[in-house]
Amino acid sequence: MAAALTVDCRKTFPGRFTAVAQLSLPLDPPRVLILFGPSGSGKTTLLRCLAGLEWPEEGRIQFGSTTWVDAASNIRLSPQARRIGYMPQDYALFPMHTVAGNIEYGLSDLPTEARRERVRELIDLLQLQGLEQSKPAQLSGGQQQRVALARAIASRPQLLLLDEPLSALDVPTRAKLCGELRTLLKQLTIPAVVVTHDWAEALTLGDIIAVMSAGQILQVGSPQEVFSRPANAEVAQIVGIETVVQGQVVANDNGLATLLVNGTTLKGLGADVSGSAVYVCIRAEDVLLEQAGRGVTSARNHLSGLVTDMLPQGVLVKVTVDCGFPLRAVITRGAREELGLETGSVVVAAIKAGAVHLVPRSG
Amino acid sequence: MNWIAIAVTFKLALFTAAVLLIIGLPVAYWLTFSKWRWKFIVESVVALPLVLPPTVLGFYILVAIGPHSPVGRFYSDVVGHPLPFTFEGLLLASILYSLPFAVQPFAAAFEQVDRRLIEASWTLGVSKLKTFFRLIIPLSVAGLITGAVLSFAHTLGEFGVVLMVGGNIEGETRTVSIDIYDEVQALNYAGAAKTALLLLAVSYGVLILVYAMNRKVWAVWPQR
Repeated sequence: MAAALTVDCRKTFPGRFTAVAQLSLPLDPPRVLILFGPSGSGKTTLLRCLAGLEWPEEGRIQFGSTTWVDAASNIRLSPQARRIGYMPQDYALFPMHTVAGNIEYGLSDLPTEARRERVRELIDLLQLQGLEQSKPAQLSGGQQQRVALARAIASRPQLLLLDEPLSALDVPTRAKLCGELRTLLKQLTIPAVVVTHDWAEALTLGDIIAVMSAGQILQVGSPQEVFSRPANAEVAQIVGIETVVQGQVVANDNGLATLLVNGTTLKGLGADVSGSAVYVCIRAEDVLLEQAGRGVTSARNHLSGLVTDMLPQGVLVKVTVDCGFPLRAVITRGAREELGLETGSVVVAAIKAGAVHLVPRSG
Repeated sequence: MNWIAIAVTFKLALFTAAVLLIIGLPVAYWLTFSKWRWKFIVESVVALPLVLPPTVLGFYILVAIGPHSPVGRFYSDVVGHPLPFTFEGLLLASILYSLPFAVQPFAAAFEQVDRRLIEASWTLGVSKLKTFFRLIIPLSVAGLITGAVLSFAHTLGEFGVVLMVGGNIEGETRTVSIDIYDEVQALNYAGAAKTALLLLAVSYGVLILVYAMNRKVWAVWPQR
């Protein structure tokens, strides 16, 4: 069996729910696992169990050949013994220490010279030059986040655990740091578990996504798989993005990007996108279906295609249109009758450029 | 002024504060971080000297360290003289008497340390003991000074316990408060006034120090 982090445990929250987690993260090559779900779904608790800060009542957590938790034989490895890098949501920087002091806090076993060298390396890696002697209170949110990351990875942990690494930041900073964090995670080659409730972060950072709700893991898969083929209605509702396809940015005119998705040209908003490889994300409720040959609208994208699938959901119908890629739309039953939609009908899907979200992905 | 009594008093207060600074830390740590469900019983025991009449506390200590108790016999066998009516006996009594004055501010200070910082320290591979010295203590300095100063000040003025356990031996167990009492009994009001004024000034000064240091943390009394 290849080395993996395997979790199979259960923890009861009196009056709320019983959390049950079963998942496995292969450790080689190192990958980033995203725990994705609404707040209160048990993501943070699972992460804290991995960190050794909380204990499941039943089950096991196994890291490679080391058992971290085994409730049956009363094994509970302390957080100190797990060699992890843990970054809590609000960073928990030590207020009385400087940036350098925070970073070297966990390195007291190293000789002085090696310790200084490692701090210098991390200061460079995370671009914290000039801030070595600042106290956390003097730093911006983005700087604090980088210090917390530097501290977490200082002792070369074998697993990185990040709890909502970007949620404490304002929106513009978040988009910028998300890209940086992705680059860093790829560079570090440490397996990581990242908690987030933001789908763009999940897509940007994750190799594997585990969707959680009410303490249960509902689906585990690649970002694209989970977002475009949710296992059930609950997952679909949680992820909220029905169409996620890979595309290329072929031109970017002041933030209005021209995209190519499997031969189909699309316009989308891509001000924050630097590379050309992207995930193109479209919510089903942002897609308008119209009969072929209608007049001009303000929507920038008019894609004609064939209806390949229709799935009634209460008063709504979920329609899949093949316009070079599978595009999902939700319309009312009345609209379906008016349009006379059947499987095989030709239809035009109109999407505003603003509803086409772009998330960078690795080429 | 009875300078010998003053010297004994300050020595006693200093030793009491020093010992409490050492033994109060683990007690306060346990009271703060233990998840034991019956913890409140221990908390009540620690707080007992706050409400118990000093004579009652002194009486029990006297019995506990007296020649009829195993502890007292063991002590006199090892050291060669009994514990009651000596400075050491008085010190022991003072430590117990001032325990809440040290432990409660310590525990309140530990309580204020953000748990997430402690957890961060653990995940960085730093043991619980080292986390205590490297993180919790530095973040609790104000509370530690408060506890030490309050137990110092409280010991300066103790009377009932001293009388029960220490007696009134010049240069050994005769403290300032006993001296004042003796002066008043002897109708030497002028002598009593001088010593009383000194005690008042020192106590007031010490409390000013404590409150100045904790302006933002506690309003009137170390909170629990």
